[in-house]
Amino acid sequence: MLLKILLRNAARHRLRTALTVAGTVVAILAFVLLQTVVDAWYAGVAASSAHRLVTRNAISLIFPLPIHYRDRIRQVEGVTTLSYGNWFGGYYQDPKNFFVNLAMEPASYLALYPEYQLSAEERAAFLQDRRGAIVGRKLSERFGWKVGDTVPLKGTVFPGDWPVTIRGVYRGRDRNTDETQLFFHWDYLNETLRATDPRRVDQVGIYVAGLARPEGAAAAAAAIDALFASSAAETLTESEQAFLLGFVAMSETILVATRVVALVVIATLLAVVGNTMAMSVRERLSEYAVLKTLGFGTGRIALSILGESVLITLVGGVLGLALAFPVTGRFAAVVGGLFPNFAVEPRTVLEALGTAVLVGLAAAVLPARQAVRVGIAEALGRVG
Amino acid sequence: MTAPLVELRGVSKSYRRGGQRVPVLAGIDLDIPAGEFLALMGPSGSGKSTLLNLIAGLDQPDTGTIRVGGLDITGLEEGELARWRAEHVGFVFQFYYLIPVLTAFENVELPLLLAPLSRRERREHAALALHLVGLDDRADHYPRQLSGGQQQRVAIARALVVDPLLVVADEPTGDLDRVSAGEVLDLLTRLNGELGKTVVMVTHDPRAGRRARKVQYLDKGVLSDAPEDPSA
Repeated sequence: MLLKILLRNAARHRLRTALTVAGTVVAILAFVLLQTVVDAWYAGVAASSAHRLVTRNAISLIFPLPIHYRDRIRQVEGVTTLSYGNWFGGYYQDPKNFFVNLAMEPASYLALYPEYQLSAEERAAFLQDRRGAIVGRKLSERFGWKVGDTVPLKGTVFPGDWPVTIRGVYRGRDRNTDETQLFFHWDYLNETLRATDPRRVDQVGIYVAGLARPEGAAAAAAAIDALFASSAAETLTESEQAFLLGFVAMSETILVATRVVALVVIATLLAVVGNTMAMSVRERLSEYAVLKTLGFGTGRIALSILGESVLITLVGGVLGLALAFPVTGRFAAVVGGLFPNFAVEPRTVLEALGTAVLVGLAAAVLPARQAVRVGIAEALGRVG
Repeated sequence: MTAPLVELRGVSKSYRRGGQRVPVLAGIDLDIPAGEFLALMGPSGSGKSTLLNLIAGLDQPDTGTIRVGGLDITGLEEGELARWRAEHVGFVFQFYYLIPVLTAFENVELPLLLAPLSRRERREHAALALHLVGLDDRADHYPRQLSGGQQQRVAIARALVVDPLLVVADEPTGDLDRVSAGEVLDLLTRLNGELGKTVVMVTHDPRAGRRARKVQYLDKGVLSDAPEDPSA
């Protein structure tokens, strides 16, 4: 019966309840979208491996390292595989078509990144063709590329036209794997530069070292940096995770702002639902006084108010979540290159539902307190 | 000689208004035997409703004791008092105070949620109570679909459904037309006469007062026997 009262009370002022539910839908949708943006920012970090170290110029990533460091790094104890390459920074047709493209030493890079999965044929074709490239599944779908297509990349860091032939489309081993990148041969870049810009020949942006044991990462990183201490190009070696977090840190202010906006949205929702519940309880004080008169305890009365509030926010939360999936899908299509893994995480779903429940409870605390403390005689006008 | 059902001794009550204590009841002694139909009358602000609240366990006196059915209810905690009310007191208010989102039947069933009854037993009791007030055919109606008199009859059914020791009614006809008021008073008289319920009723209405077996007059917080002619 109390459940019946709770449900019918929630439907009593349909417009007010509908508007509150609508407010909750918008707030939960915004919360999920913002949280997914933050998650997408960290997606690369989440996909990083403890078995990989990244070495770059100690001054900045912008400055290159000589290719001859390669042989000395390979000698460091614990390093099993070494790859290297450059951030290419090219685009396709229009500079707005951003996607990650790297010129890497292909065989060692594929050995270091088993999460980029290719068929044996595609792998062989890519390795054999110096102008060959592989692209992620999502990137190929985005531009309609197929194996065998020649893609005219336009260079920005390395100006000019850089046609590459797609030799394979890789798939991610798991959902965290970025399927929006393009990789081509570092040799193609280097040999072309030898003719067009000799000053930039035999230089790499990063070395990626594969480790036998993650526990040896700190020692190996220290050993690599020690090799080139006091040289013209000192190195900074860090775990892949730390390296990627460095990129995220560059956007820290935006991330903090995003999180603050998410909190403001939830605080606003709390105020909206709190106001609805306060109005509802104030209108029904005499009914709560009657329930107290009949012998209903404070627990049952408080529960009916908290339950009504949670019902409203939970309905709004579920509808908001239901909308969040198509909306994030659309968002992902629009900003595809920027966020390779823009998808609602199961954790975000739980957080959104938890937030809806907590907001419902928090918004009803003060109204419930008012209801259970109401004086029967005063509420029923029975003094005198 | 049997002990009275309700026994008040030296009961005083005052309220704080604007920083001052305003005495409402002063040293009230009152015995109400079981099966009585008592009307409490007096001018507005005389303390009638306050006295009814104290008898029904809705409020506590500043001093004095109140015993109902042998139990000193002035010593009970709020939760114990709520449980006691649920078992032993039926309430009828001037403005009915039905729960608007429940049907007539559900309103009558409501107090039984606190009783150790099965759903079937609850429904049987509620149906019987509605039958006693002649509203079987209005069971599925919501309060807004009922007249004032019908709502008050539903409220009376809700009061008697728990088979209480005591029924308290505060101006039960105050919001009703003459015909409906007559029907409600008929019901209260039947409750008292046929079912043996002890009824304490606060009223301004001399016609209502005449239905009671006994009338007590309250003025300036002091209780006295009603004048021979209560309308005077």
